[in-house]
Amino acid sequence: MTISVWQRLDLAGRSLAPVAVTVMLVLLGMVPLYLPGYDRVVPSLALMSVYYWAIHRPDLVPPSVAFAIGLLQDMLAGTPLGVTALVLVLCHWVVVSQRSFFLANSFMMLWVGFGFIVLGSVWVQWLAFSVLSLRMVSLQAPLFQALLTLALFPMFAWFFIRVHRAFLREL
Amino acid sequence: MARLTALKALLQRFSFLLLVLASIALMMVGRVDPALIEGTRARVTDAFVPILDAISRPAATAAHIVETFVEVAEVHKENKQLRLENARLLQWKQAALRLEAENNSLRSMLHYKEEPKASFVSARVIAAPGGAFLRDVVVTAGRRDGVRRGQAAVAGPGMVGRVVEVGEWSARVLLITDINARVPVVLDSSRQRAVLAGDNSDQPRLMYLPPDAQVAVGDRVVTSGDGRLFPAGLPIGVVASVSDRLIKIQPMVDLGKLEHVQLVDFGLPGGLVSEAERLSSFK
Repeated sequence: MTISVWQRLDLAGRSLAPVAVTVMLVLLGMVPLYLPGYDRVVPSLALMSVYYWAIHRPDLVPPSVAFAIGLLQDMLAGTPLGVTALVLVLCHWVVVSQRSFFLANSFMMLWVGFGFIVLGSVWVQWLAFSVLSLRMVSLQAPLFQALLTLALFPMFAWFFIRVHRAFLREL
Repeated sequence: MARLTALKALLQRFSFLLLVLASIALMMVGRVDPALIEGTRARVTDAFVPILDAISRPAATAAHIVETFVEVAEVHKENKQLRLENARLLQWKQAALRLEAENNSLRSMLHYKEEPKASFVSARVIAAPGGAFLRDVVVTAGRRDGVRRGQAAVAGPGMVGRVVEVGEWSARVLLITDINARVPVVLDSSRQRAVLAGDNSDQPRLMYLPPDAQVAVGDRVVTSGDGRLFPAGLPIGVVASVSDRLIKIQPMVDLGKLEHVQLVDFGLPGGLVSEAERLSSFK
């Protein structure tokens, strides 16, 4: 049975879904919400997305794509180019190398695993910013950001699972 | 076959390492020569401005609706306050008119050389992308609208930041609370000069004040005009707290609620603005 052009297009479109979702979240995370204090603790939505897809579909979000998404985030955010890219690539690395741990069936384990990843990402970012600006950067806002990211993870994980089922079930 | 998979695995691990090294290399390049990256950054930001603009509108609308409800609830109280304030301001207006006339006549006697007129561009804030480590906003005005590096960004009563990157139709403003922001300021009452330095918290601090300087909570802090970066006298904030070694300033404007900013060209000849335009490593 040969696959028609349309089917191929459909397949390509579906397999782009994880990347599209991640890029969309990068942009959504930058919208000013006018909530007091929110702009300092904006959750790292891209990290959630890369974490989820690295566990479930590392073939559709390879490390090079995680790197590119990180670069895009750095470009738009004004952060030193490479910081977010490094964080996302490291996240991908950890997840893929310990995939059996993260692929555990219970959602709780997925959440706990993400907790480690978030803490690691804060540490890497803090180190990078401190080295680049040659002084100890405050950890207070980043830790709150990590907590908020962790707290919001179930909501976004639900969304990822929906996307996963809707677009990638038979892929 | 086994060898092939091993090779594949090795390559994969190697690609991780390559990407990590590439990230670190990029950070170093950005540190050594920011100008190299900045052009690309401005172009990428330009490209995403339409999307950011579109998705920031619903958030702004929602914020407006919430604000309207809050306003309606407090309209009575506010009206009373505003009447009182209006009465007081009318008196001030008379004083200001008198002083203006006096100033004009004195200037004409002294052949005083006036500061060039300021012109400004208003722009909408479409993204506050910095996150926990950076305080910046992206606005919808760029080179085409006459925005230049180093211009001051003003919102309502006070200065909020400085333009650090300009694209064709977008610009990035580094807020005064960012850890890299430094503004030469003067305390309005004592005329004591200092530098306002951000530290990523909501309240930037005063640096380089002499130990015997008199500072009280509530003192106004305005730009000093040193270095000709900004004109003198732009209000920035008030002293919020004074402790042994730390003086915190509360900005005039709530920087978490910036919706529009004015990017002001004060037409100051020479000075650091032109230098900032020339030396793109200035940040």
